[in-house]
Amino acid sequence: MAHVIRGRPLVAGTAAGQLLVTDEPLSFWGGYDPLTGAIIDQCHPLLGEIGAGRILVLPFSRGSSTTTAILLEAIRNGCAPAAIVTSGTDSFFALASVVAGELYDQPLPVLALEPEVMSTLPQGAWASLDAEGALTITEG
Amino acid sequence: MSETPIPAALELTQEDRARLAGNFGPATGMAMRILVRMAGIYGAPRLLDIEQAHIDSTVYVGDAGMEYAERLAGLGAQVAVPTTLNVSGVDEHGWQEWDVPPLWAKHARRQMVAYQSMGCIPTWTCAPYQETMRPRFGQQIAWGESNAIAFANSVLGARTERYPDLLDVCCAITARAPAIGLHLAENRAGQIRLRLSGVSRQVQTTDSFYTALGYLMGRIAEDQIPVIVGLEVAPNEDQLKAVCATAASSGRVALFHMVGVTPEAATEELAFQGQQPLREATIAPHDLRTAWEALSTVADPQVDMVVLGSPHFSLAEFARLTPLLAGRRRHPDVQFLVTTSRGVRLLAERRGDLQVLEQFGARLTVDTCILTSPMLPRSVRCIMTNAGKFAYYTPGLLGAQVIFGALEDCVDTAVAGHVVRREPQWHT
Repeated sequence: MAHVIRGRPLVAGTAAGQLLVTDEPLSFWGGYDPLTGAIIDQCHPLLGEIGAGRILVLPFSRGSSTTTAILLEAIRNGCAPAAIVTSGTDSFFALASVVAGELYDQPLPVLALEPEVMSTLPQGAWASLDAEGALTITEG
Repeated sequence: MSETPIPAALELTQEDRARLAGNFGPATGMAMRILVRMAGIYGAPRLLDIEQAHIDSTVYVGDAGMEYAERLAGLGAQVAVPTTLNVSGVDEHGWQEWDVPPLWAKHARRQMVAYQSMGCIPTWTCAPYQETMRPRFGQQIAWGESNAIAFANSVLGARTERYPDLLDVCCAITARAPAIGLHLAENRAGQIRLRLSGVSRQVQTTDSFYTALGYLMGRIAEDQIPVIVGLEVAPNEDQLKAVCATAASSGRVALFHMVGVTPEAATEELAFQGQQPLREATIAPHDLRTAWEALSTVADPQVDMVVLGSPHFSLAEFARLTPLLAGRRRHPDVQFLVTTSRGVRLLAERRGDLQVLEQFGARLTVDTCILTSPMLPRSVRCIMTNAGKFAYYTPGLLGAQVIFGALEDCVDTAVAGHVVRREPQWHT
């Protein structure tokens, strides 16, 4: 059984992958390895998880302004999440995607959702995102 | 490339449209395309003029960042306002003394050359506010580097949004920024009241208090603007620097007010711009203790290296350090490193500080730091530091253990060859 959640595409695009959900913000600098796609922040609940190819759902990016540069590297290396979903507008992720569009013609879909909706997203479920910002979740 | 659609809510001037159309050259056109896309995402109604920029995109983290800089430079990019540069990926003239892989050094230097070719001032520092290009109160600027953003906004009262890497250089090239967020006076009002409770004047004079305070502030504030009330002493600039750097590591604080200390907070009412706080929180001695403990990953290991200088060590910090080092020598098993800028190194050298460091057995690195350059040998498994930012990022970025301690403890540890650490008496 699938259900659909609508968000605001900050950078429109299509993606499909398993949801990787956290309610803890993450700095990509020191938190995400752009060579492997692994989450490496020792204090983060997703430590050790692989973000590459997943639809990463998190409230916002924490801390360092180098987060955008790391995400750009990850996109170039093919180790970025398939899409990033945040609660509200997170400009850091969107920027990396806009620049990846300029440099490599390879923008990463970034979607903004309402915070209330975020908490209902099931960890590990399969989901697909369309260019209009509809996130279709397949339970189980 | 197809024409960039202009977001419906964004009003551009004729000059902005000319920039976007490429009439100011292809590099300005590319920078403007990115800026306009981002202004749309921010929901900005217009762009505004900036007078200065600080570029954090200089940090080399891989070839994408280098290719971005070289693309802009290759298109003939020139910055349109005075622009300082943040740390790079290598000490340009000293990297060979460390374990930096030559290919990394080569690419990091290519990135440095690209940014310098745009007419930027080669400061290569994360503490640009302690050099000659210190922004004025009320000045509109576009700064990258989280600690510098917090310092410029909070301590100097200049106005910058929290510019991410890659966008800061677009602002520098176009001299424009989205008119949003902390650029606008009405968005600079305090939102959370953070009250110090039972924190003595004695505790408030210690450096560790400011690092612990920054750590807590980052954790509590989320994306809101904290106002600290209850401070009874006047912190020095480097203590405020520690608050900024730690709060921007544990959280994403881009502006805080400190009543009676920071320039937009002469009174509590001014700090909140006459509005009621959205929420309140208390910081008590036991909170400071918890924060102090959270900044170390291990209780009592062998220390391989003491590292000072995140953000980059200031001339005032050198003046505090040298008397602690004078006439002493580090233990052979504990290395001692200070990271600073080439500008501050020059001044410290003229004052004779570097001679004292050398006699102690300390080393110096400029242009970069241990977090942004792969310079440390793998044998360094445990680092001691007095910098909250180093303490926060070392485990994740370097995979090393970390111990946080005061400057005096860092020096005593380096001399003794094992950890010497005196916890502040939080309850006195």
